[in-house]
Amino acid sequence: MTDAGFVIAAYAVIVGGLGLYTVTLWRRLRAVQRRDDEGR
Amino acid sequence: MKTRILGFVALGAVAVMLAVALFVVPADLNQGDAQRIMYPHVASAWLGYLSFGVTAVSGILWLWRRDLRFDAVAVAGAEIGVIFTAFAIWGGMMWGRPIWGVFWQWEDPRLTTTALLLALYVGYLLFRRLTDDPERRATRAAIVGIVAAVDIPIVHFSVEWWRGLHQTATIGSPDRVLNPAAPMVFVGTLLGMLGAFTLAWAYLMIRRYQLARAELAHEEAVRRQRIQAARAPQPGPTSTEVAR
Repeated sequence: MTDAGFVIAAYAVIVGGLGLYTVTLWRRLRAVQRRDDEGR
Repeated sequence: MKTRILGFVALGAVAVMLAVALFVVPADLNQGDAQRIMYPHVASAWLGYLSFGVTAVSGILWLWRRDLRFDAVAVAGAEIGVIFTAFAIWGGMMWGRPIWGVFWQWEDPRLTTTALLLALYVGYLLFRRLTDDPERRATRAAIVGIVAAVDIPIVHFSVEWWRGLHQTATIGSPDRVLNPAAPMVFVGTLLGMLGAFTLAWAYLMIRRYQLARAELAHEEAVRRQRIQAARAPQPGPTSTEVAR
């Protein structure tokens, strides 16, 4: 593969970023729901 | 439950398209394997446009209907648009270095207007933090979101309006929809990646919308508690305090 470093860097950040954002979103959603449950 | 199914479908579609883009489609004759970066780069750029467009339309709907659900959609669009635009810029930089010889060039109108678009919507998200009042926040954010959206067509048509390093649209411009400037195997993979990323985008939009609604409900509950606490009778002074 030519320019493998650039291809891997591009895909790693985009796919990794998508995964990381998804997990962060789940955690934020769960944290708000937990906070609500504790407040009741 | 339906959202979870959408999440699994999106995950599968992205995984399949990643395998196709990296291992199935041949490398470009001129650009080599660096051309494979175009698939997630272009898909991310389009979804950035779509997200910010959703933010602008939701802002208009908030100003018109005064329903905070539109503001929740608007913030979801802005945050996810920032993520996808950042991906587009990163992918473009990783492609630009081997093909153009530079990661970035400020003189290029497409690059500069895209950086401006990212900055505008990062500003939008920061601007939302200036007030805790949901209605005031939604109104101010709607205005910023609508004004910032003016940059979307400028970004898209910058390659047609001004000369720069960035090439013109491969399939996006009106005269190239049926006559793309790339072989169909590349265009098909690009559209496949766009479809897979759009499913992921839809899943993330739903989850971010749910988060915005939950945050809003929590803010409302806290506000009610504070009002109740303020209205509750304060304990009077003790007898010793009165004697003093």
